[in-house]
Amino acid sequence: MVATPTIPRRALLTAAAAASLARPARAQAGTVRIGVLNDQSGVYRDISGPTSVACVRQAVEDGAHGFPVEVLVGDHQNKPDIGASIARQWIDRDGVDMIIDVANSGVALAINGVCREKDRVYINSTGATADLTGPACAATTVHWTYDTWMLAHSTGAAMVQAGGDSWFFITADYAFGTALERDTTAFVKQAGGKVLGSVRHPFPGNTDYSSFLLQAQSSRAKVVGICNAGTDTVNTIKQAAEFGLTRSGVKLAGLLVFLNDVHALGLEAAQGLVLTESFYWDLNDRTRAFTKRVLPKTGGVHPAMSHAGCYAGARHYLKAVADMGVAAAKQGGAATVVRMKAMPTDDDAFGAGTIRADGRKVHPVYLFEVKKPGESKAPWDYYKLIATTPAEQAFRPLGEGGCPLVPA
Amino acid sequence: MGVTTVLPRTTAARPFSVFGFSSAQAVAFLLLLAAIVLAPFGIYPVFLMKVLCFALFACAFNLLIGFVGLLSFGHAAYFGMGSYVTAWTAKTWGLTPEIAILLGGLTGGLLGCVFGALAIRRQGLYFAMITLALAQMNYFFCLQAPFTGGEDGIQQVPRGNLFGLISLRSDMAMYVVVAVVFLVFFLLIHRVVHSPFGQVLKAIRENEPRATSLGYRTDDYKLIAFVLSTFIAGIAGGTKALVFGIATLTDVNYAMSGEVVLMNLLGGMGTIFGPVIGAGIIQWTENALAGAGAWVTVTQGVIFVACVLMFRRGVVGEIAALIKRPL
Repeated sequence: MVATPTIPRRALLTAAAAASLARPARAQAGTVRIGVLNDQSGVYRDISGPTSVACVRQAVEDGAHGFPVEVLVGDHQNKPDIGASIARQWIDRDGVDMIIDVANSGVALAINGVCREKDRVYINSTGATADLTGPACAATTVHWTYDTWMLAHSTGAAMVQAGGDSWFFITADYAFGTALERDTTAFVKQAGGKVLGSVRHPFPGNTDYSSFLLQAQSSRAKVVGICNAGTDTVNTIKQAAEFGLTRSGVKLAGLLVFLNDVHALGLEAAQGLVLTESFYWDLNDRTRAFTKRVLPKTGGVHPAMSHAGCYAGARHYLKAVADMGVAAAKQGGAATVVRMKAMPTDDDAFGAGTIRADGRKVHPVYLFEVKKPGESKAPWDYYKLIATTPAEQAFRPLGEGGCPLVPA
Repeated sequence: MGVTTVLPRTTAARPFSVFGFSSAQAVAFLLLLAAIVLAPFGIYPVFLMKVLCFALFACAFNLLIGFVGLLSFGHAAYFGMGSYVTAWTAKTWGLTPEIAILLGGLTGGLLGCVFGALAIRRQGLYFAMITLALAQMNYFFCLQAPFTGGEDGIQQVPRGNLFGLISLRSDMAMYVVVAVVFLVFFLLIHRVVHSPFGQVLKAIRENEPRATSLGYRTDDYKLIAFVLSTFIAGIAGGTKALVFGIATLTDVNYAMSGEVVLMNLLGGMGTIFGPVIGAGIIQWTENALAGAGAWVTVTQGVIFVACVLMFRRGVVGEIAALIKRPL
């Protein structure tokens, strides 16, 4: 309680406040502005974060568009209201034309709404919810990389075909987990497999999975499906390795696992894990070439499908803008997306593909198994391919999503 | 409880008093009013609306911590439930915004009635822990209940037409509504604090056994203050849901309960204007540092430590001490 210099401190605060509230000077009107909105500080930093930004910058570099492109970065802190207010501010004040990435389904749905209202393009790469091309679909949205339907379908059906025909689920007890379990169960049964049982673990905040893993083990199922996300998945996989579940021949199937999660786990713990991605850096010459180009920007972090989707989405968007002209593209987001849907896509990360009427980008989807430590020859050499689902079967059929944009 | 330094001197001869405002408070209020009227012409209105919603939430919280000395650690429950109910009724039933917000407030108040009745039976740390526990139960309810949409939240909530007549689609129209809601409840809190009822609350804060010995049923007073605070928290939550068109788990999360404590601490608890300033500072850091990633939480942590070490009475509390007048 010392009455020390209050005024200088106050003056300092005022000056700082004034500096931050001053509006940034606008660049010339012909500049196309892309806002990368994702999690830079929380649980989804690794699967989106700075690597997504690097991939978008790579997309800008890779094309000769003939117009300047500016990339903005925002951290939504996994709060939908913060995400929505950044998006509104970008569009209203900073003249952003397209928003990309947006990890976290809740935030993704909020951005979907803002972009629809303001008529700006939204390319979703890391948000998982299949509602974006279903009931919540918008004429301004393209859903690029993956969704919950595609993950459940690939991991469920392709796994059964690869011999894993009896399943047990460890599921996080909330809407996302139970929906994932329900969808995967349907695909497993459809493909002729059977589900021996499932167990729900509390969410959030569960750290001990031993009792759930023991139940899974005693069910004698060939595959244990892990229907949770983030640190929950990492803990489940680690403890499964400690219990010797994977060494006893049981396959773990992660429904939402990315390359960067495997990197964090290490091959010792993650070996034998089966997972679905629509991109892997070591898939073919084009993916290797793309990865080689982008690596200097990511600090050596290899991109997962979520990052590659940011590259490919931004690349295709810029092609469409170049095709229709900057002035026309700035007029409205829906018109730009119409052009994006009309043009076939082609990029180093996903190869050739198309965007459907409901905004769904379609491409092949791959089922991978994580290598044993002995099989891995180089850093980030983690996956071996088990099965490929062709593009036309990989995603939910156009008519089943309930998207109002699809003519009945 | 250690907050005695800025007791209003209302019992002395009153040289100046309008609506319970002292002269210093009247000047501060006019400054606040001018800021609310002029700010949207210079600063992005959606950001300002967010600040006002959180300022109202912080003021509601301050009514308890600052004037009754009750540290509720679960105020996100009332804020969040208000936000959910407003969003749901506006979206599903198509209610007009003023009724939806009112229902949000009533939900907060009702929940506060139940939780408060349980919690005020204990004091100090135990009170804080019980409110936290009940708020966590409420969080799990929101996580599981179908109407909240789980972690996707309630999205695409229409702002609707005020009284069924005036469209709130434009940000400026919405801003006027938010500003009016804020001012009405801000003045209500001020009036409550400076009423005879408010004097009893402060007596309870200073010495509860003495208040009891004077014949006041302190539990009743505490419960009424609690319900009033949760009602206003619900109003703030409901207003925020309409501004952004979403209601999500963020609003009921314990982090939100912590944030409102931080706002009060920073602005100055037990002062009328402190929570408003505190809310402004916290929201401004979240907004200004949105591009800087992890620095948001780091900065908030540093601010918190600096506040506790250097200006324990909060920004407004220190100013009040400097000019030797309650603010």
